[in-house]
Amino acid sequence: MTKRRSALLTALLASLMLSQAPAHANGLDDIIARGTLKVAVPQDFPPFGSVGPDMKPRGLDIDTAKLLAEQLKVKLELTPVNSTNRIPFLTTGKVDLVISSLGKNAEREKVIDFSRAYAPFYLAVFGPPDAPINGLADLKGKTISVTRGAIEDIELTAVAPEGVTIKRFEDNNTTIAAYLAKQVDLIASGNVVMVAIAERNPKRIPALKVKLKDSPVYVGVNKNEPALLEKVNQILATAKADGSLEKNAQLWLKQPLPADL
Amino acid sequence: MAYQFDFLPVLHNADLLLRGALFTLELTAIGTLLGVSLGIVGAVVRAWQIRPFAAIFGVYVELIRNTPFLVQLFFIFFGLPSLGLQISEWQAAVLAMVINLGAYSTEIIRAGIQAIPRGQLEAAAALAMTRFEAFRHVVLLPALGKVWPALSSQIIIVMLGSAVCSQIATEELSFAANFIQSRNFRAFETYTLTTLIYLVMALLIRQLLNWLGRRYIARNR
Repeated sequence: MTKRRSALLTALLASLMLSQAPAHANGLDDIIARGTLKVAVPQDFPPFGSVGPDMKPRGLDIDTAKLLAEQLKVKLELTPVNSTNRIPFLTTGKVDLVISSLGKNAEREKVIDFSRAYAPFYLAVFGPPDAPINGLADLKGKTISVTRGAIEDIELTAVAPEGVTIKRFEDNNTTIAAYLAKQVDLIASGNVVMVAIAERNPKRIPALKVKLKDSPVYVGVNKNEPALLEKVNQILATAKADGSLEKNAQLWLKQPLPADL
Repeated sequence: MAYQFDFLPVLHNADLLLRGALFTLELTAIGTLLGVSLGIVGAVVRAWQIRPFAAIFGVYVELIRNTPFLVQLFFIFFGLPSLGLQISEWQAAVLAMVINLGAYSTEIIRAGIQAIPRGQLEAAAALAMTRFEAFRHVVLLPALGKVWPALSSQIIIVMLGSAVCSQIATEELSFAANFIQSRNFRAFETYTLTTLIYLVMALLIRQLLNWLGRRYIARNR
C-alpha cells in the first residue's frame, strides 16, 4: 500500500516535471496561449516608469511594453519592480520580460539574455543646440557644470582637454540651475536629467554635444528562450524602422533617438 | 572604534587644500575691506540719521541680518543672471560676503559711534578741528576702538561662513575638501584636516586683527 502510494506520487511528480519542462522551453508559445504578456516595469524612475496622476504606471518602459504586447496581440500585465528585484522577478518566472531601464553588463549577461537596445541612456556634455561643438577638442575654453563626485564628473575630468573649466556643484539641481542661469556654457549630466530641464524650462533644452559614457537600455529575457528573444528583437527592429521608438524617445526623453542605437 | 585612519590619500591632495585655503583668505580679505567700508558708511548714516539714506540702510540691515547667508548667495548667483547681470562664482561669493558683513558691521560700528559722548564733537569744534579731522580722530577711530573685538569676531564668522560658497562652485577650502572627499571617500580624514586648517586660519586672523587694532585703532583712543 505504502509502496504503491509512493510509486504513484513519483509518477505524479514526474508528470508534473514533464508538463512544466516544455512550458519553460518556449516562453513565446506560453504567452500566446495564455493571452497575456507579463512585464516587470519600474515604478519610481521617471521618465522610464512612474505612477501617473491617474495612479496608473506610465513612462517609456511602459510604452515599450505596450508596443510589444500589441505586436504579440496579447493583453499586457504590468508588475512594478525596483532596481534590485527586477532580475529575480524574471529568473523566477514571475514575469516574461523585464523592461525596466535595464543596462547590460557582464554579470547580468551570465544570468539573463538581452534584446537589442530600445532606448538611449547615456552621460554626456549637453549645451545650446546652436553651439558648434562636435568633439572633446571643441570643449576648450568652455565652462561646464557637473555634479561633484557623480560618474559624469569622474568621466569628464578624465577626458576633458586642457583649457576646459569644470564647475562642480553640490547636487543635480544646482548643476541644472547654473546652466539655466547661463553661469556655465555647457552641462555634463545624464540624458534623463535633460528631461527634468525640458519640463522646467522648455526654452533652454540642452542638446547632446559630446557623449561621455553610453549604456543604452535593453529588454531582459530569460536564458534559453531563443524564440521569445528573437520575436522581441524583431518587434523592436520594426518599431525602430517605422519610427515608434523615435516617437517614444521624443515623448519621454525629449531627445531624438541616437543613430547608433 | 575600528576606524582605520589613512591620511595619505588626503595628503596627496594637500596642494588642493592649500590652494583652497589661500582662496578663502583672499575672499575674506576683499570681503572684509569692502564690507567694513560699507559698514562704516552705514553706521555713520544710521547713527546721525542722515536722510534719506538712514531709512535705506535700515531696510538693508534688517533684510540681510534676517535672511540666511546661503539664500543671499543663491539670490546673487542664480537670481541676478535672470535680471541680465552675469557675474562669476567668485564675484558672487565676494559680493555676498560684502553685503553680509556690511550689514552686520553697520550695526556693530553704529554702536561704537553712538557710545561717543556728543560733548567730544563739540570739544573738537572748539579746538578748531576741521569736520574731517573731527570725524577721523574723534568719531571713527574711537568708535572702531570700542567695538574692535566684536568686529573681529564678525570678520572671522564671515570667513568661516564662506564655506557655503562651495555650493556655487567657488573653489575655496570647503570646495577643495568636498572635492577630495568625493574622489577618495576619506571623508573623516579630509574634514579633520579641513577643520584644523580653518581653526589655524581663524586664530591667525584673530591675531592679525588684534595687532592691527593695537597698532592703528586703539592707540588713538
